Amino acid sequence: MLRMTNRSAHLKRTTLNKDIELVATRDGFGIGLVELGEKNNQVVVLCGDLADSTRAAKFREKFPRRFIEMGIQEQNMANVAVGLALAGKIPFVSTYAVFTPGRNWDQIRISGAYNKANVKYAGAHAGISVGPDGATHQALEDIALMRVLPCMTVLVPCDAEETRKVVHVAASVQGPVYFRFGRTATPAFTTTDTPFNIGKAQVFRDGSDVAIIGAGPIVHTALAAADRLIEQDISCRVINNPSVKPLDEETIERAARECGAVVTCEEHQCAGGMGSAVAEFLAQTFPVPQIFIGMRDSFGESGQPEELLKKYRMDTDAIVAAVRQIVKKKRR
Amino acid sequence: MLLASGSGHSAGPLDLADIAASLYFNVLEHVDPKKPHNQMRDRLYVSCGHTAPVWYAALARAGFFPVEELKTLRKLGSRLQGHLDRGTVPGVESTAASLGQGLSIACGSAFAARLDGARYHTYCVMSDGEQDEGSTWEAVMFAGHYRLQQLTAIIDRNNIQIEGMTEDIMQLEPLRERYEAFGWHVLEIDGHNFEHIIDACREAKAIVERPVCIIAHTIAGKGVDFMEGDYRWHGNPPGTVETERSPVKDAQGDAALKQLRTLAGKIENMDL
Repeated sequence: MLRMTNRSAHLKRTTLNKDIELVATRDGFGIGLVELGEKNNQVVVLCGDLADSTRAAKFREKFPRRFIEMGIQEQNMANVAVGLALAGKIPFVSTYAVFTPGRNWDQIRISGAYNKANVKYAGAHAGISVGPDGATHQALEDIALMRVLPCMTVLVPCDAEETRKVVHVAASVQGPVYFRFGRTATPAFTTTDTPFNIGKAQVFRDGSDVAIIGAGPIVHTALAAADRLIEQDISCRVINNPSVKPLDEETIERAARECGAVVTCEEHQCAGGMGSAVAEFLAQTFPVPQIFIGMRDSFGESGQPEELLKKYRMDTDAIVAAVRQIVKKKRR
Repeated sequence: MLLASGSGHSAGPLDLADIAASLYFNVLEHVDPKKPHNQMRDRLYVSCGHTAPVWYAALARAGFFPVEELKTLRKLGSRLQGHLDRGTVPGVESTAASLGQGLSIACGSAFAARLDGARYHTYCVMSDGEQDEGSTWEAVMFAGHYRLQQLTAIIDRNNIQIEGMTEDIMQLEPLRERYEAFGWHVLEIDGHNFEHIIDACREAKAIVERPVCIIAHTIAGKGVDFMEGDYRWHGNPPGTVETERSPVKDAQGDAALKQLRTLAGKIENMDL
């Protein structure tokens, strides 16, 4: 049963059911690429020997001529994409987020962002929910690395459908765009009617005591937490905030003014992530108490996604506890 | 330009002058200041952004912007940045500075031409120092693998880098064999001989199924006797360092200008 959700968000009725369909966000990436490739023959996809894993293979099957196998050359891949973009192509650079931007940030900074090249960077295997591969493959710093670059747009979709939309929207704007998505299957709870625009956050659930602002699949966890908290008479507004840069300042400031406290959640280091972007903005406009749900200055480790989310305090229990804690700190 | 700015690199721009002149006034096709975005144009990607003065000078002389603007190099508000910058003045194909990036961009350009069935040729000018970068060799491997025949790289083999001789800092030789092993066709030329430069660029376009690397042997700081072959002039303009071969700092600017403008005394009329 889905209570108090914002109707205009057009979430699935089954959003909080135990049997909600699970789809990996990377599958949304593959589907989006194929759709886009059919629509626009300037779209090319570059991949660093990981096409099956990132789902760029879907594009390779359909458009082999426009798929460029780069081998394990992330630095070269970033700049071959720039050369393609300057010649009028719309290149998607796809590999794990630990490698793009982890391995080629200098190329992205100077030749991508400073050049204002029309390159789209797709960071797969983002977050701790990568699981058994361990800390080396769990990208927890990528939002910070990309967010600090001038000219860069940064998007973090919450499910496979939103990832599919991100692919289309990224191609529709001129200039460099980074977006990240995950490996593991997560609830597919948004629909084709759920709005998605760069610079816009969506209120997924109305509430007035605390605003939970999330980015990525953890937004579904936030909805589950809000559903539990209403039984304790705490009303949470759940905001899906996929546009980390540019930020939807209007929606976030209104949430701070009307709720008076914020909990941000993401599968990323607390330092420099989406939560930091929210804090930087609110500190200068309407400061309210804030708790950051995310990685607390440590690396991850091997384990099953749900075990890791529990251990590193990014699960429903952690969000519920954070909300209960911050309610006490609110300005009265 | 360097005297007016008080900072910048001397040796590389001086030794690339003959190559820059050959490219802009002979080799590059459909490069036209009236139509800087012409889709047909040959692309020149300069990877060594620190050699900006010579490329800005060539672009100004080719008519892309007023020659008078050259003296604003590196000054606040100028369109001429310390390292080559795309989007300020027309004609600069890409920003460059961090070494080892230009060849990858040129590979993307050549790949796009192939996808589009376009006939333009892509050139990439690199310094020899940036052959140290691993990313350069990623691009060398990529171009060889995909047999990017519409790509020509020109290496400014002046044997110096900022802190010493290339072979002392990080050995590059056998450079020719290294490129050949990656599937490139290699030409070696005198980088101060216009006929060599132009002939090599023509020959490069005639080579099919392989990218071509032109190793242009140059003399660092060419044209200024106290700078020639001395790595200490890599990153400094006249008037900033004294060496055993140089005039005192205050006299270096005039001495360098006089030598350059008179071709080391061969031309008597300095007003030319």
